[in-house]
Order: sequence, then structure tokens, then C-alpha cells
Amino acid sequence: MIDPAIPQLEFREISKRYDRIDAVIDVSLAIAPGEFVALVGASGSGKSTLLKTVNRLVEPDSGAVLFEGDDVAELPLPALRRRVGYVFQSIGLFPHMTVAENIAIGPRLAGEKLPPSRIAQLLELVDLEPGMATRLPDALSGGQRQRVGVARALAGDPHLLLMDEPFGALDPVTRDALGESVRQLHIELGLTTVMVTHDMAEALLLATRVLVMDGGRIVADETPRDLLAGKGGEIAQGLVAVPRSQADRLAELSR
Amino acid sequence: MNGLWDTLQGLGGQLAAHVLLSASAIALGVALALPLAIWASRSPAVSRAALGFASLVQTIPALALLALFFPILLSLRAVFGEGLPTLGFLPALLALTLYALLPILRNAVTAQANLDPGVIEAAHGVGMGFWQRLRLVEAPLSAPYIMAGIRTAAVWTIGAATLATTIGQKSLGDPIFAGLQTQNWVLVLSGCFASAGLAMVADALLGTIERGLATRNRTLSLGGLAIVLLGVAAALFVQFGGGQDRRVVIGAKGFSEQYILARLIGQRLEQAGFAVDYRDGLGSAVAHQAVTTGAIDILVDYTGTIWTNQMKRTDNPDRDTMLDQIAKWEEATSGARVLGRLGFENAYGLAMPATAAREGLIENIDDLAPVSSRLTIGGDPEFFERPEWIAVREAYGLRFAETRNFSPTFMYNALKSGEADVIGAYTSDGRIAADDLTILADPRRAFPNYDAIVLLSPDTGRNADLVAALTPLIGAIDVEAMREANLAVDREENKSGFDEAARMLAERAGL
Repeated sequence: MIDPAIPQLEFREISKRYDRIDAVIDVSLAIAPGEFVALVGASGSGKSTLLKTVNRLVEPDSGAVLFEGDDVAELPLPALRRRVGYVFQSIGLFPHMTVAENIAIGPRLAGEKLPPSRIAQLLELVDLEPGMATRLPDALSGGQRQRVGVARALAGDPHLLLMDEPFGALDPVTRDALGESVRQLHIELGLTTVMVTHDMAEALLLATRVLVMDGGRIVADETPRDLLAGKGGEIAQGLVAVPRSQADRLAELSR
Repeated sequence: MNGLWDTLQGLGGQLAAHVLLSASAIALGVALALPLAIWASRSPAVSRAALGFASLVQTIPALALLALFFPILLSLRAVFGEGLPTLGFLPALLALTLYALLPILRNAVTAQANLDPGVIEAAHGVGMGFWQRLRLVEAPLSAPYIMAGIRTAAVWTIGAATLATTIGQKSLGDPIFAGLQTQNWVLVLSGCFASAGLAMVADALLGTIERGLATRNRTLSLGGLAIVLLGVAAALFVQFGGGQDRRVVIGAKGFSEQYILARLIGQRLEQAGFAVDYRDGLGSAVAHQAVTTGAIDILVDYTGTIWTNQMKRTDNPDRDTMLDQIAKWEEATSGARVLGRLGFENAYGLAMPATAAREGLIENIDDLAPVSSRLTIGGDPEFFERPEWIAVREAYGLRFAETRNFSPTFMYNALKSGEADVIGAYTSDGRIAADDLTILADPRRAFPNYDAIVLLSPDTGRNADLVAALTPLIGAIDVEAMREANLAVDREENKSGFDEAARMLAERAGL
């Protein structure tokens, strides 16, 4: 079903302007099936806006986004959002619904009822006890909630997983564990993943390809290895310098 | 306090009417406020306009808002036809609905505005459309706040609904207004207890539903809702159940004599096999309008009042001519029927202590004029503004040293204590005899006649059985009998109830 000749996701000359600020300027980019792409940049660099054009939470002013070869503007919205899993920065679980109801919401909107066995399977995928299905989100920790958020994004068997700063609200330990889980899922389920983050260390450790955005444009497109080898230009290297110097100092301390 | 308990037990009909009126107003308020709140959540301009309007309505005193719907509905008859009721349930419902709007709207708009933006983004992100978002996310998350608004609205509406009495809608305001008029505090208290009790019960039940919604406890919210619906159903049954024939509705303006005469008429009709109901505490203009449109069936009115206020006449013919012309005018304008005079007059008159009158050799207003510059006159707040007073003053050249306003009750006390020498009194007031006062004769006929007459609505006027039952009342009640009955209700000690005073009056009149 996946034709390697067709990119999983393709941006063609995407621009988006808010009031007088250019959020995204003329971005063109192709992402192949199976890639784990990290979109890195400072606040306001346009990375979240670019991500949201994929499932049309943001409509671009010009340009097109192709998902498995289809222009997303022409796909019915519910079908598109079903096929594209989305993990929110704010987690965004519905507080009046149980964990199971939250996970099943996408299929439910499409008129399909997820059986409890599937809910349990999804919970296990994100390393949660199946017994959590009947709890309300308020009864979970922040990390558990975002795991449910990931399970919700995966409920519709998507080929593409979009994550908008998914670990931003979590403590470092939880963050690390969840990042590792997501990378495992990416491999196990054969997903294509695009993750927005402002944390270069996270990007380098999880992704197979790192895109650096600045002022609405993509200024670097490298593998983690090449970035660490000093490629990608000044802005990218400025971002890589931070975790690198932290690592150096830590290494020095432990000597 | 036994009296209080007995009175409370007799308020079933008023309670049912009060529940239905309040519940309808709240339901209509919810039906208007919720779509408006949804619209407002999508448009800040609508939000500002809707909240601004609701707040503006809230600044209008409830009594004035109720009263304003009378002329509004009257003018709307041009659109909806003559069948549009201008008094009673409809105007009360509309005014109370507007009143209930603000708290519901404000809470609904605030709840929507305070929804977690992350949750709303997620609702979009998982692919919900407008209605799915509303039904699956926004409504359940806003529900406890909206319920809190409904709760506030319920408490306000139940309190304000007591004022519906003044525009001819039966409510728990009936005993309050009757009691205020006659200083019968047992009546006032019973009305207050009943409406406050109702408000507390409603608040507790709606609070239970709110808590059920907030804690997502369906048993609690559905249980509360079930009890509310049962209460409304019980009120509906009391109001409309039992398969009774249409009741004859007897109106009464807001003073003792009117309450007593309404009961006198009611008791006769009950003896003749009619089911009756009372609409008490009506304003003077409202009462006349009500009987001509059939909102009430029977009213005791006064010739001079109709002559000057409804017919806008300034001349002053003799009483037979006046009655004759009124009967023809009513027949021609609305078809209401003047059944006849009860036999007494309740006019404005100048009264002074009988002893002072004898000592000063004052028998009529002509005798009063030369000494008026040394005297103080007291009257109720309305008296000195009325055309009748101006006519009398001009006709006799009265020039009092001082004019003072008193509430009717204190007016008589002022005369006793010497703070006033002469008062503008009602000639059928029981306190005239009790306080040994003399009504000064009016030889120049400056005061018009105020013969008490029985007015029947157009339909009722054609009901031969009813007319036959009431005809014996015509000419049967003289002013002494009326004064005595009024005094029995108005006196400070050993007050009679209206029913009791009416029975006493019937006996005395040989009915």
C-alpha cells in the first residue's frame, strides 16, 4: 500500500501570514515513508504553523500539502484527521470522558465503536495498564495523560503521526521515557512521524532527520549525525551548541 | 400562628400558579439564552450586545417591567389581533423570562469563554464538526456553570413572580398584596413563607442537578430533574386537572372593600353552583381593562373612576345620567355590561372630627372655606394630584394653611393627634364611623359620584344564570353596612378575614 516512490507527505510552496507576520514563507519539502522528522526552531519560527497545515488545523494562504499523494485541501476533513494521528502540546484530553472514551473518540466520530480489547491493546502500546480505561483524565499523572494522548492519536491506525511539542509540559524523566516509547512505536508500527520541538537534544536523540526553521523558512535539513558533525549552517549549529556544551560540562564533572 | 398555618394551607391554587409561571419563564429563558450563548461564543459582537441587553433589562425594576408589558401587548394587538391577552399569564411570562435571561446567558457565555483552549483545539484536531463539538465537548463541560445560572434565575424569578399579582396573574403575591393593603401581616407572612419556601426548594433541587453534572453523577442530576418535573406536573394537575368547568373569575382592586365585595359575589355564585376564582390586587386601570377584555369576568368599579379615567370626561352630571351614559359607553366600546349599582358610594370626601365640626358649626365645604386658611389638610399621596381635588379647591375657594401627605392608615391617626384638621377620605371607609368623623356635605357638587357598580365582561353579561344570581345584590348594600365590613377588616385589633367580612355583609344586607 505504501509506494516508496510517492512521498508520505509533501509541502509545496506553503506560505501562511497572520496579520502582519509571515509565519511560514514558501516552504517546499518532501518526507518519505518511515522517516522520523523533527522540526526544530525558536518560538515563532513557524514550525507549529507548518505542522498544522497537514491536518488543516491551519489553512495555508498559498501552496498545497500532499498526503500520500492527495491534496489535503480536497480530502474530507473527518477522513483526513482520522488518517493523521495528532498529539497536542496541551495534551487536550476531554476531562469529562474516561480514558477509553478519549482514546475511542476519533473512530466514534467516524461511526465506529472500538472494542475494549482494542482499547486495552492501545493502552499497552503506550505502556499503560489496561485497567486505566475507566479512569477520568484528572486521576492520571501528566506523563500518563500524554501517553493516553498518544494512544488516542494511534486509535485510527494512522500512517502519519504528528506531534506538536508533545513532551513540553512534562518533567525530564517522564519526557525521556515517553520520547523513547514514541520512538519504539514509530519503528514497530512503521509510522512516518513529524515532531515539533524547540529542544535540539530531543530532536537529535529521537529523529532520523532534523529540519531547522527560522523566520518562517527551513534553514537546515540534515541527519542528526551530520548536524553533530558541524553541518547545517550557523543557526542550526547555534541550536546544536547548547546540548553539546551541556554534555561537555557533564562529562567534565564526572571525570 | 394558627392563622398562618391555615392561610398557608389555603394557598394551594396560588402555589400551583406560581410554580407554573416561574417554571415556564425559566424554561423559556433557557430556550432563548442557550442558542444566544452559542452564537455569542462564536461572535464577540453578539456576546457584547446580548449581555448588554440582558444587563439593561435587569436594571428595570421588576414591577415596572411587568407593568410595561401591558401597553406593549396592547400595541401588539395591531399585529396579532384582538385575541392577544394583555393581562395575566402572558405579560407575566414575558417579563419574567426577560428577567431570567441574564444569569443564564452570563453563565453560559462565561462557561464557553473559559473552556480550556487546549481541549477545544483537540476537539478540532480529532475531527469534530460544529455540532459534534457542541454536543460532545462544549455542552457537557459548560453544563454545571449553566445550571448554576439557571439556579440563580430560578430564585430571582420565583421572587419576582409575586409581583405578577398586580397585572392579574394568580401567584403567591396575592396574599402579600392583600395583606399589605389591609395590614394583615398573617397574610403577608404566609405569602412570603410560601414563595421563599418554594425558592429554597427549587434552589436545592437545581443545586442537586448542578452537583450531579459537575461530578458526572447521573443518578444525582437525573433524580433532581425528575423531582423538578414531578413538581411542575403536580402544579399542572392542580391548575388544570380534576375536570372542573371553567371558573368564574372575580377581580378585585388592591383595597379592602374590593376584596370583601369580590368574596361577597364569589360566595353567592358558589351557592348558585358556580366554581369561582379571584384575581386580587389589580391596579385600577388594569382591572377595568381586564373586565372589558374578559381576562376577568366580574369587577366592582366606581362610576366616577370610569367617568374621569376611562371616558376622560370633565363634566359632572347627576348620578342617574352618569350611570346611564357609562352603561351605554361600555356597551358600545367593549360590550361589557353594567349590572347596576350596589347601593353605596365610595367617593372622595372631606372629613373632620364630628366634635370639631359641631363646635365650628361646619356642616358643609362652604362653611369650611372661610376658616381654611387656619387649618391643615391631610390626604393620601395621590389625592392632591387628582382632578377632583383641584375642582373642589377651585369651586369653594379653599386655601389651607398647609397640605400634608400621609399613607391612608396614618391619615386617620393624624386627624386624631391633631396633625391634620381635615382629611381627604374615602366615604365608605369604616374608620369614618369608628373615629366619629363627619363627611362634609358638597352642596356645589364638585366631587363626582362614585357609585359602586357591578361590571360584567361581555361573555359573562350574557350568562343568564349568573346574572340571576347576582341581581339581588343590586341596591342591597348601603354605605353603613359597607363601612362596618371595611372596618372589620381594617381595624387594628380583632381583624376579620375577607370571607368572614363578606358573610357578615351579606347577612346585614339581608341576602
